Order: sequence, then C-alpha cells, then structure tokens
Amino acid sequence: MSASPLAEPVSAQDHGSATNPGRIGSLLHRYANPGRFLRLSERLSPFLVWPAIVLSVAGMVWGLFLSPADWQQGDAVRIMYVHVPAAWLASLGYAALAVCGVLSLVWRHRLADLAAAEIGPVGASVTFLCLLSGSLWGRPMWGAWWVWDARLTSVLVLFFLYLGHVALIRAFDDPSRGARAAAILAVAGAVDLPIIKFSVQWWNTLHQPDSITLTGAPTMSFSMLWPLLVCTLGFSFAFAAIVNTRLRAAILETRTRQLLLQGARE
Amino acid sequence: MTPPGPPAAALPGPLRRWGALLGRDLRLSLRHGADTLASALFFVLAASLFPLALGPSPELLRRMAPGIVWVCALLAALLPLDRLFGAELEDGSLDQLMLCGLPAPAVASAKMAAHWLATGLPLLVAALPIALMFGLPGREIAVLEAGLALGTLILSLLGGMAASVVLGARRGGVLLPLLVLPLATPTLIFGAAAADAAGAGLDWRPELLLLGAFAALALPLCPLAAGAGLRGAVE
Repeated sequence: MSASPLAEPVSAQDHGSATNPGRIGSLLHRYANPGRFLRLSERLSPFLVWPAIVLSVAGMVWGLFLSPADWQQGDAVRIMYVHVPAAWLASLGYAALAVCGVLSLVWRHRLADLAAAEIGPVGASVTFLCLLSGSLWGRPMWGAWWVWDARLTSVLVLFFLYLGHVALIRAFDDPSRGARAAAILAVAGAVDLPIIKFSVQWWNTLHQPDSITLTGAPTMSFSMLWPLLVCTLGFSFAFAAIVNTRLRAAILETRTRQLLLQGARE
Repeated sequence: MTPPGPPAAALPGPLRRWGALLGRDLRLSLRHGADTLASALFFVLAASLFPLALGPSPELLRRMAPGIVWVCALLAALLPLDRLFGAELEDGSLDQLMLCGLPAPAVASAKMAAHWLATGLPLLVAALPIALMFGLPGREIAVLEAGLALGTLILSLLGGMAASVVLGARRGGVLLPLLVLPLATPTLIFGAAAADAAGAGLDWRPELLLLGAFAALALPLCPLAAGAGLRGAVE
C-alpha cells in the first residue's frame, strides 16, 4: 500500500464511460470521483463548520435573550428561532434528496447515491426537531400538543417519507440497488413538498400562514426577523457541515473496507 | 447474426403482448381464487371490527363510515402487493417477462392493471354491503364507490411502483406499507372528503375531480418509475 488511499477512486464502478455524458454530465462527473470529492470536501469543511457554529450561537443568543417578546405570545414566541429553521431545512433536505434521486437515476451519479444515504438521517432528525418544537409551541398557544391540521399532517407524512427512504436505502445487500430504489422513492415523494408549502393556503388551518414571502413585505417585526434569518443561516450551514462530514466518513469507510478486503485476500 | 427462433414478423404486436401479459396475470389470480379474495375478506373483516370497538351507535357509525371504508380499502390493497412481482422474481420468470420485447414500464403497467382488476374491483363490490351495513344513504354510497374506483386505481399504481422498488430487499414486506401509505395520503384525504361532502349535502365534485387529476398524473408516471425499479431488480 504505497499509494495514498485518497488519491484513487473508491470503487471500480463504471460511470457510463461508454456513453457520452454531455456537457452537464461531464461537469457532474468531475465530482463523481470520490477521491476528487474528498479533497474538495476537506477544503470546504472549515467554511461550513465555522459559519455554522458562529451563526447558530449568535442567532440563538440574539433570538432567545436579546430579541423582544411577542405582544400576544410572550416568551413562547422564542420557540420560533428553532422551529422555523428546522421546518425550512426539513423541506430543503427532502428537495436535496429528490435532486440526488434525479442525478442518480439519469446520470447514475455515484456520489449522489452516497449523498442521499447521508442526507436521509439528517433530514429525518431536523423534521423530528420541527415536529417536536412545533408541538411544544402548540401546547401553550393552541392548548394542544398536536392538532390534525393540514400543515402538521403533511410534515408528519414528510417525516414518514424520510424514514422510508432511510430504511429502503439500507435494505439491500447490494448498495447500488438500494440507492436506485431509494432514488425512485425520493423523486415520487417530492409531491409532498408543494402540499406542505401550500397547505396553509389551500386549507383553512390553525397553523399561521407564511410571514416571510419573496414578493411581499414580511408581516413580522424586523427585530424578530433578523435573529430568525441568522438562525436559519446558521442551521443551514450546520446541516451542510454535518452532511459533508458524514459523506466524507462514508467514503473513507468504503475505502477502508476495500483495503481490508484487499489485505485479507493477499 | 440473427438469433435462432421465430422471425420478428411472427411476433404479435406490442398491444397484443401487453394484453397477453394482463390475461396471464388475471388467469393466475382466477386460479388462485382464495388468495385473490383474501384481501376482500380482510377488508370486510377489518371494517366489521369498528362497530365492535366503537359501539353500535348508528349516528357515530354513519358519520365515520367513509373514513373506515377508505382506510380498510387502503390496507386491504396493500396485502397482495409483495406477491405482485415477488413470485416472478423468485422463479425467474421476471427475467423472461423483461425480455418479452415490451419496455419495462409496459410490463409494470400490465401487472398494475391486473392488480387493480383482481384486488380493486372485488374491494368495490365488498364496499357495497359494508356501506349499507353502516347505514350510509344511497347518494353517499354512490359517491363513495366512485371515489373508491379512482382511489383503488391510484393505489394499484402507487403500490406497483413501491413493490417494484423493494424487489429483492431484506424485509421487503415490512418496507412496503412504510413506502405506500405516506404516498397514498392525498388519495385518502380527497376520497373520504368526497363521501363526507355528499353525506353533508355539499358539492362533492371538487374532491372527485382532484382524485381524477391525481389518477391522471399517476397513470403515466408510476409505470415509468416501476419500470426503472424492475430494470434495477433484474440487472
């Protein structure tokens, strides 16, 4: 073992070299080589981890201690600084899974398969955090831990979709089969995302409608909006940092297993 | 270099082959009649547990009937799913089906159609006495049946997709409900809401139209996804 294990591609899987992948394909395939991705990921890591820590801590301190309490909800409104970023990341994470699914089905992108396997558990965790914080917020505001309202139910369905994905991608002896199956599920499950987004508009629900839109002025005070944005940014960086680290660990794990197998054979 | 066998002109057209595949599956489910009717029997049995659990109050049961019928139909349609492609995968005939000259999505759609005819239609028939026993008025029963006709079609499409995806998985039978049920929630919502609206004297058409829209979307997309799943399974 003289060569560095990181310098070589992890597996001898064919990347459709017989077919011409086209321009987008070739750009995508640049980082289908796990060795090349590992080097990029290592360089990227501090730019994800430090903003995640700094922004999350700053946003939490700002939101939990410095921002004003709500005139109606009092201090309970501070749950928002966890709940909204978690909800945003739950949807974003599933959208990322669906994109990975398309990349995997169309281009057989090896890294997209690995990424999908690592995004799944992280996404399921933030969805659970979103449901949990929402439940804790609902108790003092609505007087119930849970109501079967369209927004809550569609997020619960999203949580189950995540769990199905996590279980499916690990259910096959051949990992590439699992990746393929999970990719199909991820793309099919993406129909739940617009239902979540529009559930507060389509149905008359207990959950409040959107406060922040791209087109209109926000319906919340800037003294709350700024810490919320900082928290959301910090949580998003943290999500990316965790997925990045897990992905690197997964690639190294595959590589280690292969080296061990190779050693056992020799 | 041409492979031995009948010349290409002697092969029946794709539509005939699709029909032959559907006919084969229907014959199989006819000859295993007990297996086919088991899901309808499960449906009747599960629905008749509710009055025992909830008490015999006619008011309450009439109010809950559409939801009970829909949930039981959903669960009953799940039962035969793991055999939909599973038997063919085990005895190796799935490889031959994939080589019969039809594209994989067409093979999948023939199996889904067979599942709908062999499971969905018996459920529709079985729902009739159940709805009567729960005391639903005729108008509501008609809307419930119309919704179920569309709903079981959607369930066959979604279920076929999920069944092709879990082919060859460890504990595939346990995974199936976990995959199908979340995807089936919109169907359940609109189907039960249509029957509810009819019961309350409201306009039930919007919900049925939404179900139809859902079926129209699932009809081309689910066989495509299932075809990808089948190709992955026989690779």
